[in-house]
Amino acid sequence: MVNAALAQFQQVFIEESLEGLDTMESSLLALDDGGDAELVHTIFRAAHSIKGGAATFGLPEMSSFTHEAESLLDEVRGGKRAIDGGIVELLLRTVDCLRGMFARARAGEPLNDATAEGLRGELAAMMGRGTAAGGLQARRPADQADAWTIRFRPHAGMLAGGNDPLRLIRELAGLGELAVTAELDRLPALDKLDPTECHLGWTIELAGPAKRADIAAVFDWVEGECELAIEPKHVVAATAPPAAAAPVADVAVARAQRETSAESGTVRVAIDKIDGLINLVGELVITQSMLDTFRDGVDASRLALLEQGLAQLARHTRELQESVMGIRMLPIASVFNRFPRMVRDIGQKLGKQVRLELVGEHTELDKTVLEKIGDPLVHLVRNAIDHGLELPAQRRAAGKGDIGTLRLEASHRGGNIVVEVSDDGAGLNREAIVAKAVQRGLIRSGESLGDEAVAELIFQPGFSTVAVTTDLSGRGVGMDVVRRNVADLGGSVTIRSTPGKGCVFTITLPLTLAIIDGLTAAVGGEHYIVPLVSIVESVQLKREAIKTVAGGGELFRFRGEYLPVIRLHELFGCPDAVRAIDEGLLIVVEGDGARVGLFVDGLIGQQQAVVKSLEANYRRVNGVSGATILADGSVALIVDVAGMVRMQSRRKVA
Amino acid sequence: MAKILAVDDSASMRGMVAFTLRGAGHEVTEAENGQLALDVARGGSFDLVLADVNMPVLDGIAMVRELRGMDSYKGVPILMLTTESHTDKKMEGKAAGATGWLVKPFDPEQLLATVKRVLG
Repeated sequence: MVNAALAQFQQVFIEESLEGLDTMESSLLALDDGGDAELVHTIFRAAHSIKGGAATFGLPEMSSFTHEAESLLDEVRGGKRAIDGGIVELLLRTVDCLRGMFARARAGEPLNDATAEGLRGELAAMMGRGTAAGGLQARRPADQADAWTIRFRPHAGMLAGGNDPLRLIRELAGLGELAVTAELDRLPALDKLDPTECHLGWTIELAGPAKRADIAAVFDWVEGECELAIEPKHVVAATAPPAAAAPVADVAVARAQRETSAESGTVRVAIDKIDGLINLVGELVITQSMLDTFRDGVDASRLALLEQGLAQLARHTRELQESVMGIRMLPIASVFNRFPRMVRDIGQKLGKQVRLELVGEHTELDKTVLEKIGDPLVHLVRNAIDHGLELPAQRRAAGKGDIGTLRLEASHRGGNIVVEVSDDGAGLNREAIVAKAVQRGLIRSGESLGDEAVAELIFQPGFSTVAVTTDLSGRGVGMDVVRRNVADLGGSVTIRSTPGKGCVFTITLPLTLAIIDGLTAAVGGEHYIVPLVSIVESVQLKREAIKTVAGGGELFRFRGEYLPVIRLHELFGCPDAVRAIDEGLLIVVEGDGARVGLFVDGLIGQQQAVVKSLEANYRRVNGVSGATILADGSVALIVDVAGMVRMQSRRKVA
Repeated sequence: MAKILAVDDSASMRGMVAFTLRGAGHEVTEAENGQLALDVARGGSFDLVLADVNMPVLDGIAMVRELRGMDSYKGVPILMLTTESHTDKKMEGKAAGATGWLVKPFDPEQLLATVKRVLG
């Protein structure tokens, strides 16, 4: 029962400690930037909570480890030690180490490792001690006797502290038989008696074998609030029992956690969101009972009421849908928060000075999107510092300040979330990119390319212009992976570079993966949904606008470039579809950085589609990202634009 | 059984304390920091208050001082949840009016024993 309770709260403890570590980290970084003294208190509190909780929840190794960091912080807090870069650095590494220990605690692995041991030594050295403080202090040998005489005279104010002498005497009675004599000498006359004060004293004869320490323990809370004398009446041979052993790690508890460990799969939801839901459901119930009155038929006189009820139902359904989606929405701050530390570390490593600006941290994203957007963002941030921002000397030569600015901004734009990573560095190096592309055979030497086309080149697989591979970026896993990851989330990445002024990477993401805004297109009696986010335009063309190329491919000219035509009826095998170009419609879509025209019979309208997984219910189909159920109950497939573009480019290569 | 106010900013510690005490049949009200605890204390009456020392907004020691200033909490036992390394905190707590303390780390049995001790 004890272990079950411990196990239950150990999980909660680990979660709150990880949050505490985030707080410690951000406060340490702020402190390093010249933050105020309140930050030290915040950091201390976090360390202190972890220390106290670790011992309580069966993680004593962490407790003693955190104790070292806490002692250091205590000295800083008390003004005995000035905070400097070295301490911040050491404490930041401690934060990292603790994160690792918590991860191992979750996995049920041994907590200590070489890093932890090394850090503990460093912390102790910083505190001016060779080794970690060793365990509990050995207790003084306890006297033992068969009988004791205890004189106990509380000070007048003892009651104010909530300690009742009667309670103490009762507690003593647990140690043996008592004979108590009250001392009334301090008792004032009744008219002078203040009932909130103590006026009595007692002499207590305790019969029975008891230790002095046990008797003293009864009075430990009133030390300094009373006069106390504990004297043995019959002394027995004093023995020195060994000091209590340090608590042993409850390994079983950690093991039991392995199965219940909940790394992900849970969402913490703000109470007001849940209240909103409950409220909506309440309204829905009211509407339902109102509509229920029409069960026996509708007469003309109540038609208006029915319409009103249906309108309410529509509104509640929409609001309920939005609210339920909202539960999956979390602020992007949880992703942004890792960057101050990372930017600082990378900047230091490369000798670059970087100021990080975070904007729109409260913008909310679907939890799934949030979990997957971290890696692409990390890559963009690393690239921006490594390739984008210049060294201080270069910046000065270019007439800019020493400190480069890196900005991460999240915002809502239409039905999308837009995350921008921008820097005020040198911008894309056009010559280097073109040279590399020629070397890689991506373009021909002397080919003239617009700025946009040059920027597109960096999204090619394996493209990297850095001569020397650093351990930060330029490992060949590059922008193509970023684009692919974002495309998997139904989003897109674009880049805007201004030479000498910097680069802006713009990631556009759908609000949620569970619902998409789409355009319903008809193809031979079937319906297909094209995601709105990927649609550029729809055009109707004359027959002669289509050029047929060798191999049977069709192209059409759109804003100065030739785009391939993908006939959906051919791809999906719809026999009764429109075939003549001038009788149907071309939807120009963009995915994976390229555009194609999808040929359909016509458009039916815009609608929100709840995405059902095709993989889960059937199997993966190329060119289809999922399915949805239409209002009439029929199934419509959702077109995977990026997948189609990839299929098209493979066909081109073949 | 007693009405107990448990004050701690750590959800795990507070949860463990409340869970243990409720298991023993006590009625437990939880508060996240000293300020919230004072609000709760003003609106009700308690037989015992258990308070962490280090808390944001209003720490445990300042909270005890405030509580002792309220007529209805003059004689109510208040225990501080302290850590071994801070003996000075115990004395500070005592000076502010705390009845006693419970040293972290403690297990549910130690907690129940201490609560029993203070409630008699």
